Amino acid sequence: MMEIFGVPLPVLWAQLLLGLVNGSFYAMMSLGLAIIFGLLNVINLSHGALYMLGAFFTWMGLNYLGLNYWAMLVLAPLAVALVGVVVERTMLRHLYRLDHMYGLLFMIGLSHFLEGLMRSFYGVSGKSYSAPAALSGATDLGFMIMPNYRGWVVAASLAMCLLTWFVIERTRLGAYLRAGTENPKLVEAFGINVPRMVTLTYGFGVALAGLAGVLAAPVVQVTPMMGANLIVVVFAVVVIGGLNSILGAIVAGLVLGVVESLAGVYYPEASATVVFVIMAIVLMLRPAGLFGREA
Amino acid sequence: MADATTDATTDATVGDHILQARGLTKVFKGFTAVAGVDLAVRRGHIHALIGPNGAGKTTCFNLLTKFLEPTAGTILFNGRDITGTGPAAIARQGIIRSFQISAVFPHLSVLENVRIGLQRKLGTSFHFWKSERSLTPLDARAMDLLDQVGLAGFAREAAVALPYGRKRALEIAATLAMEPELMLLDEPTAGMGHEDVDRVAALIKQVSAGRTILMVEHNMSMVARISDRITVLQRGSVLAEGGYDEVSRNPQVIEAYMGSAGQPEAGAQP
Amino acid sequence: MRAATVVNRRNGYLLAAALLLAAPLVFYPLLLTKVYCFALFACAFNLLIGFAGLVSFGHAAFFGGAGYVGGYALATLGWPVELALAAGTLTGAAMGYVVGLLAIRRKGVYFSMVTLALAQMCYFFYLQAPFTGGEDGLQGIPRGRLLGLVDLSDDLVLYYAVLAIVAAGYALIVRTIHSPFGQVLKAIRENEARAVSLGYDVARYKLLAFVLSTALTGLAGATKALALGFATLTDAHWAMSGMVILMTLIGGMGTFVGPVVGAFVILLLESKLDEIGDFLAELTGIDWFHAFGTSVTMVLGLVFMVCVLAFRRGLVGEWIRWRARPRGKAAGAAAAGGAAGAGNG
Repeated sequence: MMEIFGVPLPVLWAQLLLGLVNGSFYAMMSLGLAIIFGLLNVINLSHGALYMLGAFFTWMGLNYLGLNYWAMLVLAPLAVALVGVVVERTMLRHLYRLDHMYGLLFMIGLSHFLEGLMRSFYGVSGKSYSAPAALSGATDLGFMIMPNYRGWVVAASLAMCLLTWFVIERTRLGAYLRAGTENPKLVEAFGINVPRMVTLTYGFGVALAGLAGVLAAPVVQVTPMMGANLIVVVFAVVVIGGLNSILGAIVAGLVLGVVESLAGVYYPEASATVVFVIMAIVLMLRPAGLFGREA
Repeated sequence: MADATTDATTDATVGDHILQARGLTKVFKGFTAVAGVDLAVRRGHIHALIGPNGAGKTTCFNLLTKFLEPTAGTILFNGRDITGTGPAAIARQGIIRSFQISAVFPHLSVLENVRIGLQRKLGTSFHFWKSERSLTPLDARAMDLLDQVGLAGFAREAAVALPYGRKRALEIAATLAMEPELMLLDEPTAGMGHEDVDRVAALIKQVSAGRTILMVEHNMSMVARISDRITVLQRGSVLAEGGYDEVSRNPQVIEAYMGSAGQPEAGAQP
Repeated sequence: MRAATVVNRRNGYLLAAALLLAAPLVFYPLLLTKVYCFALFACAFNLLIGFAGLVSFGHAAFFGGAGYVGGYALATLGWPVELALAAGTLTGAAMGYVVGLLAIRRKGVYFSMVTLALAQMCYFFYLQAPFTGGEDGLQGIPRGRLLGLVDLSDDLVLYYAVLAIVAAGYALIVRTIHSPFGQVLKAIRENEARAVSLGYDVARYKLLAFVLSTALTGLAGATKALALGFATLTDAHWAMSGMVILMTLIGGMGTFVGPVVGAFVILLLESKLDEIGDFLAELTGIDWFHAFGTSVTMVLGLVFMVCVLAFRRGLVGEWIRWRARPRGKAAGAAAAGGAAGAGNG
């Protein structure tokens, strides 16, 4: 059996896959953050809580409504988007004219509220959720055994990320969005309803978080705190990739997921910190992030 | 603060240049705002920088005041290269600029606005343990400066409460507090009515004694009245330079402003 | 009118002093002691956000870190109290210097994100580092003697000692704002470009403000570890950063007493929340309210949102505004000692 630095190859492949899975979550979450920041100039600190809601809706969908995974794959992100739209319309909107700090503070409050709310209903222990039958089991790829669900997560996330990137960078809708981030007044003069675009953008950004939640439900424990644990790493990813860069979010997310995972093989104690160490280095050398432009 | 090696009584008529720009260039992502501008400001002069809209005056100004970094070119102050120096550092060397809008500290009192410039001299700006009463010895000088610009009666008011014209006067008083060798004024009469323009023009003429002033301006009558030398910019390059009479008769300048030959009226605001 | 204001202020201080000295008669000294530690934390944070206009999202790193250092010095190294507190303060200052150097170059939201990200690094370091006790933290930190004389094992004695420490910190903050340095900070906050054009190296002033804030935060953290006897990861978690922001916001950003009031309100709310929950459950018959006690974060989150949307001046800020309104300029200018932070109302 071949080994690299003392670690057998199949183990490495498995870790790599794990890294890609984590990286997919990082990428989708960062992508949502980058989109929202680009247009609203608000860092959506409640992103983790909304991811958690996505996972919880999935679980609730099955246990209360008997809806299966595939239905929730569509419904949960929509439900999260709805929550996002309501929040944006009724509350967040009033903060745009103020110093950006208030938007951030509001988001902190929202995430605390959502997490506390779920905790008050469901406690701290995790709810388990099984992967759908079609995706359970594993496939032998020759060089490694791949759990099917994990492969699905990576494929679905990548597809979603690429689709989003395509829409933003290559379609007219995306062009409006990008123009709106640079000059909202001008875009409005062209007859585009900018406030509605903002609302829908926010909805879409959080829907990505919700989708990540659905994908995560079978993989991690569904707990009220699952978002809080994830979001801190996502922030580091976003800082590394560049706060307003779509491509940066996707690439940084995937790469860092893999790096973190591989670090875990060779230096287990360091795996949690490696992302932050990279972040510190990026901050010193390229403060706007690897792909970002500082406004 | 005046540099110790430069005699503050250097004779302006000797014609040495307090500020020089050579080949000053600024390119923004494919758009060249300032293209190889050469500028020489004589000590003791009031030098005006004019030009039609989009000529690059403001960019030039920001380059000279180091709020923008030049893409190319050098800037010399008293013969010393300041091209790489930062804005706070050149202020300490004696170059003080004004701003087109909002150049006061709104919630500080009028007196404090002036005193903040005087404060640096004490060298206690980092002394967080000292009482602010240690600054009261500066009040007399601050009041003196306010008096020079006619604001002594407003000393205790919040700067934000002043009418626009008086805010500009306050800005000039605060600039004077720094004892600048070179004052860079960014459209000092912008947005003002007739009486205010006259008052500010007289004020600038008054404070120019023993100093050099470089100003970006649109108001031709004011420029005609008080400036010693004028540089005309167009599309990022120098179009003409000289005294008002010389420049205002230059056909290229006329064309740049009017779009056709014919004398511009003194006082016309392009 | 001005003489009357000065007299008013002096009377105010005397009244406050009297209340604080007599407070243990009414409240549990240890609860108040805890409030004071957090009040100092909030005041130190307010120095940065309310007066220097810098929004740090990572102050918990300094609070928790100093708690660990102070606690370790007391428990394991057996240092005297004053040295342990000094160590905590220095830890805060040193960490603040490094973070400040990295963060201050960035503006606005980027600054905030950098502080958050660096604080997270610290959090993971605390989690792994041997001397912090990891997930359990440091427990059973002894109180020892202050200056070799004052035995702090009595809760009441500890109360007065902490009161003195916190009051000294508070006084330093007040003096800092009303100092030549404070004037420059104010100018920078009002019009940074103008301050630059007057020759001020703005970054250095911001850095000093940052270090002062983190040093006092360190003092608060070390004092808290001493007073309550433990230092855990909770103190360094980003939720704690959020907590101190909330205290400052609800109390009144950019005022002097605001953060103290905010600390008091939030901690009181926290400790009484289960009672409030039970009361509401009795009142409405809805069982879910019983869970209030365990979901402090939810209520605090809600309070946070409401404050940001509708109550940005905070309790003290609103009070100052209410007092200034009918009487005209003089009282308003005198009462608002230090204008409220960016973008209010």
